[in-house]
Amino acid sequence: MSEGRKTVMASVARALGRDGPDAAMRAELDRRLKEPRPNLIPARATLPPVQRIQLFVDMAREASATVAVLPSAKAAPGAIAEYLRRENLPPAIRIAPDPALEDLPWGDWPLLSVSRGRATGSEAVSLTHAFAGIAETGTLMLHSGPYAPTTLNFLPDTNIVLLDAGRIVGAYEEGWALLRRATGGAMPRTVNFITGPSRTADIEQTLQLGAHGPRRLHILLIDAGTTA
Amino acid sequence: MQATSRAFKENAHRALRDPDLQAALAKMRQGFVERRATVVRRLPEFDALRDQGRAIKDHTLANLDFYLARFEERVRAAGGQVHWAVDAHAARAIVLEICSKTGARTVTKGKSMIGEEIAINEHLARHGITPVETDLGEYILQLRDEPPSHLIAPAIHVTRAQIAESFREAHRDLDPARPLEEPSALMAEARGEMRARFLAADVGITGANFLIAETGSTAIVTNEGNGDLTQTLPRVHIVLASLEKLVPTLEDASTILRLLARSATGQEFSVYTTFSTGPRRPEDPDGPEEFHVVLLDNGRSRMLGTEFHEMLRCIRCGACLNHCPIYQSIGGHAYGWVYTGPMGSVLTPALIGIEEAGHLPNASTFCGRCEAVCPMRIPLPKMMRHWREREFERHLQPARMRLALKGWAFLAQRPALYRIGARIAASMLGLAGRRRGAFRSLPLAGGWTMSRDLPAPEGATFQAQWRARGRA
Repeated sequence: MSEGRKTVMASVARALGRDGPDAAMRAELDRRLKEPRPNLIPARATLPPVQRIQLFVDMAREASATVAVLPSAKAAPGAIAEYLRRENLPPAIRIAPDPALEDLPWGDWPLLSVSRGRATGSEAVSLTHAFAGIAETGTLMLHSGPYAPTTLNFLPDTNIVLLDAGRIVGAYEEGWALLRRATGGAMPRTVNFITGPSRTADIEQTLQLGAHGPRRLHILLIDAGTTA
Repeated sequence: MQATSRAFKENAHRALRDPDLQAALAKMRQGFVERRATVVRRLPEFDALRDQGRAIKDHTLANLDFYLARFEERVRAAGGQVHWAVDAHAARAIVLEICSKTGARTVTKGKSMIGEEIAINEHLARHGITPVETDLGEYILQLRDEPPSHLIAPAIHVTRAQIAESFREAHRDLDPARPLEEPSALMAEARGEMRARFLAADVGITGANFLIAETGSTAIVTNEGNGDLTQTLPRVHIVLASLEKLVPTLEDASTILRLLARSATGQEFSVYTTFSTGPRRPEDPDGPEEFHVVLLDNGRSRMLGTEFHEMLRCIRCGACLNHCPIYQSIGGHAYGWVYTGPMGSVLTPALIGIEEAGHLPNASTFCGRCEAVCPMRIPLPKMMRHWREREFERHLQPARMRLALKGWAFLAQRPALYRIGARIAASMLGLAGRRRGAFRSLPLAGGWTMSRDLPAPEGATFQAQWRARGRA
């Protein structure tokens, strides 16, 4: 044990007036960590599905993200080709090595050049697959893993994110619950909550988009329902 | 950072005469204050969340021994390392050693108040390692060799003309005739300059808004995305954090996150909230290979259980600065050290000593707005009073001030004498000032009347009127 640790822990013990929690307290603290409970969830985060999805869209747009609703993921390559044309961007995209993205009908859009893997700094546009959407603030939740390089979320100028409407939950806490279920409780190296494109107000308190991360965040919301 | 808090009065006078600073502060009053009020109104549960946030931090601090040990265990289980630093000196040595072992030449840095507290940039530079601040505001300050003046808007005091000047001087390889008047041009230039440095850095250093005991995660909150590039691209990620950043679970962090951005920038949520746990996994396509957390004490464990205990709940949102009439008048540099505004007036004396920072807890009108807006409900005015008491007990104030305070105490403890004294003083002042209705100057109060008039008292004293009404 390092000297530093000993000194700090001794100082904490002195201040708390105890040598660690007693057995009963320790059991209680253990339980608090093993069965994490949500605290107060704002009413805004408890809406039924249709309103919840609409809230996600409204909040994401308020945070300067753009949202396009598609009836199915198969429509994504066409929507992306169209988006790149409209935004005057080169028809090239770096996609996460995720089967759900790789298996999309890219072949139908031969003019769109598709590469796979992490970002290296030279890619203008990336496509990633969100783990979940959080309605209360229009936030995307993504996590690192073999299929999901974190660099794609930050290096390219434009980040396009595919989100299934069924993965939109109300509150951050529901996102954590989904993640624990998906990974058996293990935390990935990185969990990103992303709300709109990068911005700064560091120059004379003037808000500007596109500081160091993506200048544009475009969400492709896959929803067969009736979202606007 | 060398503290200049002893020179608070001179610093404040200079700040009041600085037109650029005054313009920036006027803008802040509209911007931060109004935006916060708007988003708080939109979340009816805000005050209930404040109560929960306070309870989470109180619980964590009461069991800090347990949660620190658990956090360390979890970081290790995820393949990371925890380094314990008793003070700034130890923290600097730890960071330098990790950088040296890595053979680091350049280090990118996300914004970190602990980095400022331990003056890590100067230390690395002295040992031949180039630190690069990547937050736009911090980068501007690094070029200008200045400390931050605000917790979350570090370069709030710098004008765009000054930024353009610094950029022209630093980015010599660019066209000297390029236009740099617009904020967008300045931002684009910084973005371009920073790209290569993000990719070239050997080590990335970030701060932490939260440490999570449940998972051994550290969390950062940013709007620019610089913190994420800083911690994702280099081979080594070092997190600088102090003990009180701990919370038990991801749920607890989520509750406090609902308070943080709203209180800080008046956003519903910051753009990037990132949880990092250990180094990249073997199958991950990117991320750092090493993950180090430097846990800094630097006087905080000594605050536990004292009258300054509650200060350890602070989440560094800056709401108390934004709403403080003193900060709004003089900005951050006058405070003379890393932490400014009301939170700085309480924290700085605890970290560098009341001898050094005695002016700060006196730089308050006790209007109470800081406590009213604090998301963690920290009783800042009460703690400033505690510092004033300590200052008095330790005979740190000038003799004349002590004498005046003693005289006041003598009167205040003798109500009958106080009433008579007040009545005589009020009627004499009333008589002397009857003709003009106010005094332009008064003996022994020249400082006070220099910038305002004292209205002449009229009629009976407050206490006399109060008693008369009570009987009625």
